[in-house]
Amino acid sequence: MTDVVSSPAGVIDKPARRDIGIKRRYRAERRFRAYGIAALSFGLLFLALLLWSVVSKGYTAFQQTMITVPVEFSEQIIDKDNERATDPQKLMTANYPIVARNAVAKALGVAENDTAGLRAVNQMISNGVRGQLRDMVLANPQIIGTTQTVSLLAAGDIDSAFKGQIDLSVTEQNRKISDRQVGWMNQLVEAGALGKHFNTGIFVNGNSSRPEAAGVGVALIGSFYMMLIVLVLSLPIGVAASIYLEEFAPKNRLTDLIEVNINNLAAVPSIVYGLLGLAVFINFMELPRSASLVGGLVLTLMTLPTIIIATRAALKAVPPSIRAAALGLGASKMQTIFHHVLPLAMPGILTGTIIGLAHALGETAPLLLIGMVAFVANYPTTPMDPSTALPVQIYMWANEAERAFVERTSGAIIILLLFLIVMNVGAILLRRRFERRW
Amino acid sequence: MSTPLILLVLAIFAIVCYVVGTRRALAIAGGLSFRLHSRQGYYGAFVAICAIVPAAAVLVVWLVASPLYINSTIHDGFPAEVKAQSEAQQGLSFGMVNSLARGMDVLTLEEIDAVGANPAELRSALGAKGVPLAGDPEPWMVASAGDLNAMQKISNRVMTAIVLMVALAGAGLSYVRIAPRFRARNRVEKVILSALVLASSIAIVTTIGIVMSMLTEAGHFFGRVPAWEFFFGTVWDPRFAAAGAGAASDGQFGLIPLLAGTLYIGFVAMLVAVPVGLFSAIYMSEYASPRVRSIAKPLLEVLAGIPTIVYGFFALTSVGPFLRDISAQLHGLATGEYVNFIQAQSVLTAGFVMGIMLIPYVSSLSDDIITAVPRALRDGSLGLGATKSETIKKVVMPAALPGVVGALLMTASRAIGETMIVVLAAGVAARMQLNPFEPMTTVTVKIVSQLTGDLEFTSPQTLVAFALGITLFAITLCLNIYALFIVRKYREQYE
Amino acid sequence: MNMMSEAAVEKALDKKMNDMTYKMIGNDVSVYYGEKRALFDVNLNVRENTVTALIGPSGCGKSTFLRTLNRMNDTIEGCRVTGKITLDGDDIYDKEIDVVELRARVGMVFQKPNPFPKSIYENIAYGPRIHGLARNKADLDQIVEASLQRAGLWTEVKDRLHEGGTGLSGGQQQRLCIARAVAVSPEVILMDEPCSALDPIATAKVEELIHELRANYTIVIVTHSMQQAARVSQRTAMFHLGQLVEENDTDKMFTNPDDQRTQDYIMGRFG
Repeated sequence: MTDVVSSPAGVIDKPARRDIGIKRRYRAERRFRAYGIAALSFGLLFLALLLWSVVSKGYTAFQQTMITVPVEFSEQIIDKDNERATDPQKLMTANYPIVARNAVAKALGVAENDTAGLRAVNQMISNGVRGQLRDMVLANPQIIGTTQTVSLLAAGDIDSAFKGQIDLSVTEQNRKISDRQVGWMNQLVEAGALGKHFNTGIFVNGNSSRPEAAGVGVALIGSFYMMLIVLVLSLPIGVAASIYLEEFAPKNRLTDLIEVNINNLAAVPSIVYGLLGLAVFINFMELPRSASLVGGLVLTLMTLPTIIIATRAALKAVPPSIRAAALGLGASKMQTIFHHVLPLAMPGILTGTIIGLAHALGETAPLLLIGMVAFVANYPTTPMDPSTALPVQIYMWANEAERAFVERTSGAIIILLLFLIVMNVGAILLRRRFERRW
Repeated sequence: MSTPLILLVLAIFAIVCYVVGTRRALAIAGGLSFRLHSRQGYYGAFVAICAIVPAAAVLVVWLVASPLYINSTIHDGFPAEVKAQSEAQQGLSFGMVNSLARGMDVLTLEEIDAVGANPAELRSALGAKGVPLAGDPEPWMVASAGDLNAMQKISNRVMTAIVLMVALAGAGLSYVRIAPRFRARNRVEKVILSALVLASSIAIVTTIGIVMSMLTEAGHFFGRVPAWEFFFGTVWDPRFAAAGAGAASDGQFGLIPLLAGTLYIGFVAMLVAVPVGLFSAIYMSEYASPRVRSIAKPLLEVLAGIPTIVYGFFALTSVGPFLRDISAQLHGLATGEYVNFIQAQSVLTAGFVMGIMLIPYVSSLSDDIITAVPRALRDGSLGLGATKSETIKKVVMPAALPGVVGALLMTASRAIGETMIVVLAAGVAARMQLNPFEPMTTVTVKIVSQLTGDLEFTSPQTLVAFALGITLFAITLCLNIYALFIVRKYREQYE
Repeated sequence: MNMMSEAAVEKALDKKMNDMTYKMIGNDVSVYYGEKRALFDVNLNVRENTVTALIGPSGCGKSTFLRTLNRMNDTIEGCRVTGKITLDGDDIYDKEIDVVELRARVGMVFQKPNPFPKSIYENIAYGPRIHGLARNKADLDQIVEASLQRAGLWTEVKDRLHEGGTGLSGGQQQRLCIARAVAVSPEVILMDEPCSALDPIATAKVEELIHELRANYTIVIVTHSMQQAARVSQRTAMFHLGQLVEENDTDKMFTNPDDQRTQDYIMGRFG
């Protein structure tokens, strides 16, 4: 080696202490770190804002204003000519809102000839009382002619006003509730007749054009059917496909193509699946529109790639030594996989499945295309009946202009988020409980 | 028998086969299962599979083929004057026959007799039973409907008989094959393996389904609107564009304004998501203490778990109005005139909220990629006296760059395909402009708006959605495949 | 280019080593990984312009001790160091001492060659750039050339300075990493089993290089191979179970060690 510096002078030289710009560099360091913190805080801030915005708008949806008054089931109004024995339609079509109106008017002391007053009273109760009183009468026709204490659904505007969501300081013309109605409202509150009750309606009612009577009952059933279909189809198919691809498939062009294809399917925009469902299931196979069956099938196709990817990862995580041990004992490959590998991979598979289901539950776009944006007020009894889904219901309400629907929409979002939280927490617990480190 | 009933019978039969087969195997072996080649259960399973798989296959084929045959026969039997009518007219007539046939099943024999040959009465009788008819049926229709019902009945009987015979034959043939040296397990496993292959082919079938269905429908569209008018048209006005004659009355279907809106909103979203997501990922993987990371990471992932409809609602009711009001305030402070210059629905609103939605995608994808950079490289840099940020900026990020680019491409494809946020927050006006404070619309918004409401699969207004869909699919496919390719390459580099 | 014969230089160095004050002094150094204690009150001094070899069986704490010398342990989660280590009399764990500055003075070469995925030139230029050691491009070129020459790599790579550093052979990569450390002009170079991933020929080259670097740098090397320790070092320290067993002149250590355990280890009775 000739290029080594080896003069004795070099040996004795001690490098002088150098200025390597420490201060400047540490300033840059702090700045960089601050960017990181800022970015993270930005993300978390918006998470908080989003949740706060939904919760603050929506928590009131779980309470409903009711007017509790004695209601006289007047035979005069309900069945003047006493035809109910012969004509079953009579009790169905009777003018129940008048019954309710009269009851409230009586409680407020509004004179029977005060037409304007009666109209104003009528605006204070929801159209939903028609169904409410009808169901009471149909269940027990004996109550006709008697007086019962009933909690009547208050109209959406009264509900909003009572919850303080309508600014009462603006002039009377510019708000939806008149000074007289506000006065009555306060009068009823003082009498203890008007108050907030837990709102079961939002969970069980079907859709309605009246916000106070609208609920996500139909949507919940529809979503439930769809999740059931997704689970029943995508879990076995996904696991079967993953087992083949991970354990049996030869490594060749074709399986490589399938692999790329699955990864790609996981990233295809969801709306494309909606188009697929529309063209294949509805247009070609002529399955009914708006049915949860079709929705379930579309969501199954959408969820499959997610489940396959998760399952393959779980299978891959089982160490080869387990397979070697089973094969060494003379088990066939199939036995090895079904007896040893699959049970060990199960927690990972289930976690992936739950997360896939949670995604499917929140998915909206493809369902819009297969006609789930229908106005459905009645419960579907089978997956072939018209139905809607929770996120689609949210979409439909989000497009409504009324103030009270903002509250309902937020309430429905809270319900949706609660379901998602339960599912995700379940997945996390499952992972924690059964996670195995090799 | 009805199809569900047949399936139930088959299922029960399968269980019986399994039990019988298992017993038989054990009996042949004289009760000593080790004399058998396979465990006795495999013999049972073998018999069960032989019994129901061919039978189920016959069932499926029959269910698909027989309606096709019956319908064409019925169609052939239509009177000549009906056959001379247009396709659509014949379709209507056929629908009537179908409803009639269904209705006549509901009516009892006496009721049919009571109605007699009076078609008008038939209609009201059926209406009372909840089977609505589109019009008064003609006598030949009643005859056709009768034929239809008769044929269906025969078909069903023959099918039931054949399916059950096939099942019995399969069970019998496989039962006699049971012998101690018969390799039942290998047979059963072969069947399971083919089921696995079948399952994994569904992924391919889905892709083919997507491409085929969209190409077919888009093909119909391009039969009415020239492709170049769609791909290079700058005006989107699908309905009643001009009162003129011919194709012009269908409206104009220019893709360009939609594509412009899609890309613009996607660009704004990436402008928000990329710096925030990247810096969050860097902070969490390089700086944060394990405690902070264990809290912040799942919280950020919550953002990814929130359905997009919720983001859309957030944009619609909170972000949009906020931007509108704040812009009015700013304008007021500057000029004294309180006019909002940001619309509630705008490129900015949609892009910003979409950006927030994309933060966790960017951060978790880049987190994976940044942590995949070997520790040795970091140590090498730190060992030379580099600060942490210098190491990240000059060693880690350059090494991770290809992977990060792949991750960003995947995120971009998500931005382009995102639907619910833009449906609620971007607006519906297809315009070409550069002001981010004004509404623009996207490809996905138009797919939704063209396909909600009443549909007929003949008008270009509906079919254009499929042309838009295939465009969207093609764009995201290219982005994804390229991104997958880059990320794969990158992984190989460090494995 | 030499004014003195090599033998004369060796002699001068050995003389300097013997009457030199210590470059680094470790005083009761203990290291904990969380609850687990990895080093027990090690007292070990590093002489200037000397190659000090740290030997011992796997897991004995020799690499841990090495990493305390330029605080690379800082990057490990949950690692804690007690005791005192000085560099030229300054406590390197003192709050006043900056870790970046310390590492610029005490460089490190790792077990596996870890060139950055950049060109050869950029690999060498990285250190001088971040520390601002070069005033201009010519300066930087000169530093790169000088460092590569010191590492004995210049003639092999001078025509492909702008090709990727990862494309070199394993031995060349490791010498590139040494050149990269040298480019920062450190006072001490720490080497953590620098030859363990190399084939015998590449190992020989690196050993030769270490021997030559002694002229300008103080070197501490962890090695698995006792032969290597005998070949390259002047002083040897033997670790066992987190304790310093013995520290001595290499010649004495391998012929007549003071401690029975050292004897046993060198004879191959354990380890």
